Amino acid sequence: MAKYLLLKHYRGAPAAVNDVPMDQWEPEEVSAHVQYMNDFAARLEGTGEFVGGQALAPEGTWVRYDGEGRPPVTDGPFAETKDLIAGWMIIDVDSYERAVELAGELSAAPGAGGKPIHEWLELRPFLGPHPTITECPHQ
Amino acid sequence: MNEALIRSLTPSVLAVLVRRGADFAAAEDAVQDALVEAVHGWPADPPRDAKGWLVTVAWRKFLDATRSDAARRRREDRVDEEPAPGPAPAVDDTLQLYFLCAHPSLTPSSAVALTLRAVGGLTTRQIAQAYLVPEATMAQRISRAKRTVSDVRFDQPGDVATVLRVLYLVFNEGYSGDVDLSAEAIRLTRQLAARVDHPEVAGLLALMLLHHARRATRTAPDGSLVPLAEQDRGRWDTASIAEGIEILQAALARDRLGEFQAQAAIAALHADAPTVEETDWVQILEWYDELVRLTDSPVVRLNRAVAVGEADGPRAGLAALAELNDSSPASSSRGHPMPRHTAVAAYLHERDGDLATAARLYAEAAHQAPNLAERDYLTRRAARLNALRRG
Repeated sequence: MAKYLLLKHYRGAPAAVNDVPMDQWEPEEVSAHVQYMNDFAARLEGTGEFVGGQALAPEGTWVRYDGEGRPPVTDGPFAETKDLIAGWMIIDVDSYERAVELAGELSAAPGAGGKPIHEWLELRPFLGPHPTITECPHQ
Repeated sequence: MNEALIRSLTPSVLAVLVRRGADFAAAEDAVQDALVEAVHGWPADPPRDAKGWLVTVAWRKFLDATRSDAARRRREDRVDEEPAPGPAPAVDDTLQLYFLCAHPSLTPSSAVALTLRAVGGLTTRQIAQAYLVPEATMAQRISRAKRTVSDVRFDQPGDVATVLRVLYLVFNEGYSGDVDLSAEAIRLTRQLAARVDHPEVAGLLALMLLHHARRATRTAPDGSLVPLAEQDRGRWDTASIAEGIEILQAALARDRLGEFQAQAAIAALHADAPTVEETDWVQILEWYDELVRLTDSPVVRLNRAVAVGEADGPRAGLAALAELNDSSPASSSRGHPMPRHTAVAAYLHERDGDLATAARLYAEAAHQAPNLAERDYLTRRAARLNALRRG
């Protein structure tokens, strides 16, 4: 019973093994990829492990406070290096091992040539609630 | 209609249906239907025997559903084979329900969800809120759990240890939304203790009561963590402490020690000390030795190192911690440091006067903290030591 965020990176993560841009795939390969992701989410809904997920637009903006009375700064000279997160999914699973297993499955979505894309996914645990009994006796 | 009354009746009504041979999922549906009827009918025409009414109506609903569905013929046959309902049997139906909901074939999260639903009588929405997941997710979890246990027949008592683990998981979750899971876990453990005569059930109930007694003082109004040594002992719930200690003593007198009793004994020694200085660390250390003997878990050994540090000084504590690093992979599991190992090391170094090391370790421990309250606490601790060192 721990929640994890699965982050799909387009930029900022090492290249996938089967790293062919999606627009170079066959249309059926794109459909197969999308179908795989939908099936994956539907299966997790069925097991009671699905919390939420959404895709993100590729265009993002960096914003920074720039002092009283001034408009916030948007973006900088580093826009081309910023990480890009394509989407996220939150799962609620019984163990870290299960979370890794599921992330591995999601990374196996088919890509060019119908082969798994082996895309890198970032797996981040949520900070949980403060337990009623903490194991640390000086608390 | 009185929700508390309905909630207290739900598990025993459900248990009667399951004992009579209804499968779990169908029995649950039938009980829900009966409850709906009660909600509409009772205000105008309350029954004299609420439970008897619910059993009769739920059983009728179950039979209707079974008969109306040809595909359920198999189940109907099984019902027909059952002896006609006679005088109340010696076995406690609700107890059977506890064992069914904590069945080893269920994952921990499923067992927790099913127990809260079937034994606790909480709604799916309440359980989903408490665990911060969508209601649809919790509904799926519960219906899968029901399917998993639907063919389990109970003719032997289940495993008490599994039930206790499930209740302990519920208790530890604390509360969020409109359900206090700790209070709910205590309520269910009380019910269990009234039905099963087992020293570890008493041990767990005592442990919960003793920890619950301190709960209000464990966090400041802003949600930040208050360590045991700084808690306002005047605000501890003395009635709860007294009850916990009494239950624990009766359990210990039976001389069948288990880990919950040992943990409760440690909690009792903390709760019983009028001031932090008067804490009997020597006796606490003895209990940790018992716990190591009973469980030999890395977490217990880690806690024991803290007790050594208090009983024999920080150097001795650090030596116990070093031993832990050498003798087992306890300091790391699956590549991550064991939660709180670094925090304990930081604390012992601080008490030993090595503020530089302590500050570095507190910062590291904050990075590994499993929840926000602990992370903020450890970060503040590191910041405070760094400010002290800067002078």
